Amino acid sequence: MTRHVHAIQCIGCPVGCGGEVVIEAGAVIEMRGFTCDKGQAYAADEVVAPKRMVTTTVRVDGGTLPLLPVVSERPVPKDAIFDCIRLLRSVVVQAPVEADAIIVADALGLGVNFRAACSIAEA
Amino acid sequence: MREFRYDVIAIGGGPAGMAAALSAKQAGAEKVLIIERDRELGGILQQCIHNGFGLRRFEDELTGPGYAHRYINMVKASDIDVWLDSTVLSAAPGGIVTSVSPQQGLRVATGSSVVYSMGCRERTRGAIRIPGSRPAGVFTAGAAQRMVNMEGYLPGKEVVIVGSGDIGLIMARRMTLEGAKVKAVFEIMPYSNGLTRNIVQCLEDFGIPLYLAHSVVAVHGKDRVTGVTVAEVDAALTPIPGTEFDVACDCVLLSVGLIPENELGRAAGLHIDAVTGGGVVDQFRETSLAGYFAAGNVLHVHDLVDWVSQEAEIAGKSAALHALGKLPPAGEHRPVTAGDGVRTVVPQRLSPPSGQLSVRFYLRASRPMGASILRLHADGNVVWERKLRVVKPSEMIVAEISWKKLGSSDVLEFTVVPAPVEADSEPAEEEVA
Repeated sequence: MTRHVHAIQCIGCPVGCGGEVVIEAGAVIEMRGFTCDKGQAYAADEVVAPKRMVTTTVRVDGGTLPLLPVVSERPVPKDAIFDCIRLLRSVVVQAPVEADAIIVADALGLGVNFRAACSIAEA
Repeated sequence: MREFRYDVIAIGGGPAGMAAALSAKQAGAEKVLIIERDRELGGILQQCIHNGFGLRRFEDELTGPGYAHRYINMVKASDIDVWLDSTVLSAAPGGIVTSVSPQQGLRVATGSSVVYSMGCRERTRGAIRIPGSRPAGVFTAGAAQRMVNMEGYLPGKEVVIVGSGDIGLIMARRMTLEGAKVKAVFEIMPYSNGLTRNIVQCLEDFGIPLYLAHSVVAVHGKDRVTGVTVAEVDAALTPIPGTEFDVACDCVLLSVGLIPENELGRAAGLHIDAVTGGGVVDQFRETSLAGYFAAGNVLHVHDLVDWVSQEAEIAGKSAALHALGKLPPAGEHRPVTAGDGVRTVVPQRLSPPSGQLSVRFYLRASRPMGASILRLHADGNVVWERKLRVVKPSEMIVAEISWKKLGSSDVLEFTVVPAPVEADSEPAEEEVA
């Protein structure tokens, strides 16, 4: 059975642990160098199915500012990032918007909501 | 002209000013004021729409506006006064703070204590002296961030980023997501100045090349920038002849460092640390000007807002105690200096202890190193040390050291030295003394 060793740099927090993930038959069999549970989970995911948080802006109609920052509730698969951005580019919301309001529910059927990162008042 | 009286005034309503005001309130200050020149509180966080803020402070991964809003809500829930759209013109001895606003005109507020929390500014092209013509299309990364994230404009379609500071890395990803082609990031130093996580998630994720030890030697274009010439640099950071190459672009973003915005302090004669660019402070974050405290990026540039909030809590609490007459008058100071391997240390001096069990120091290393030992020397003797797994100038080191260790020596000095190689290496950072 072939073993693959992947060098992974954790992005979970500013500590930035570097480590290795050993894969055999598509499954993680060993991890070295990650110092917390979050890091272990990230490293395993990064080899099998990498994911990232997505942040961007959507247009606002009638607000004190023309743009509203939005953020994915959870990391989305890395290869869906640009599709999420494209989807959000077409979204226009009406002010006022409350922080944490769902702006796009279940984006692209990924099971991830995009929420307002802050509130925007009516102009 | 109307006059106002406060216990504590924070100049600047970003993360430092808000945290200082809230902690001043908690420590017993009755009347607290935040003066902010923008139309809302939050400072630079409002344009930092990416996530990664608050892991320490809130144990949650927030966006910049999300982090700001948690604090804005706390300020709103308190009875702290907030003056928006108000620019401070001067902050004079005796805590006399003069401000103007389009709606309110000239207002003078006198604070028993004042906290400087004005943040920092970006280094510009002039500050790093890039040769070449002066076409449109050259921006600081933070200016571009505001355009893209708050105003809805894309400053260019083919982008070169100069400097690998975090804002530059974040903008490399942001411009890519918005449809621009980011051609490369050029860093003059042989190491990156950004957080490792940002190299991974902002450059490597999108295949954007990072050239270390490379400098822009010319900017081309008459009306609009058309490209740059780049060269490799030697150990003295001088371009190496024959290594030049051209990169076409219509936009150059500069991420070449931040400078504390200390004009108000400078005008008042504030004693400034030549390396941090911020005021010289003691453990209470009190500056050389009586009753004036400092916190956040105006004191020294941070890489994490979480540390800004934490440090501002020290300044805010001290400011409140000073206003209530509970802070001992500044007496003899002991210097705390940056020795071998250390570039900056804050606080730079210690006043006699006053009910504190420990002092929190914020340090930056002068060069990248692997496993190292951070040491505190008191009159030449090592009194405290801690192993560090890895040392990077871009990542601030925070050390909380008890007064027992700080003792009563005349001079305290921090050093960072490479750790001896051990067969059984210790993975986690650990206090060993």
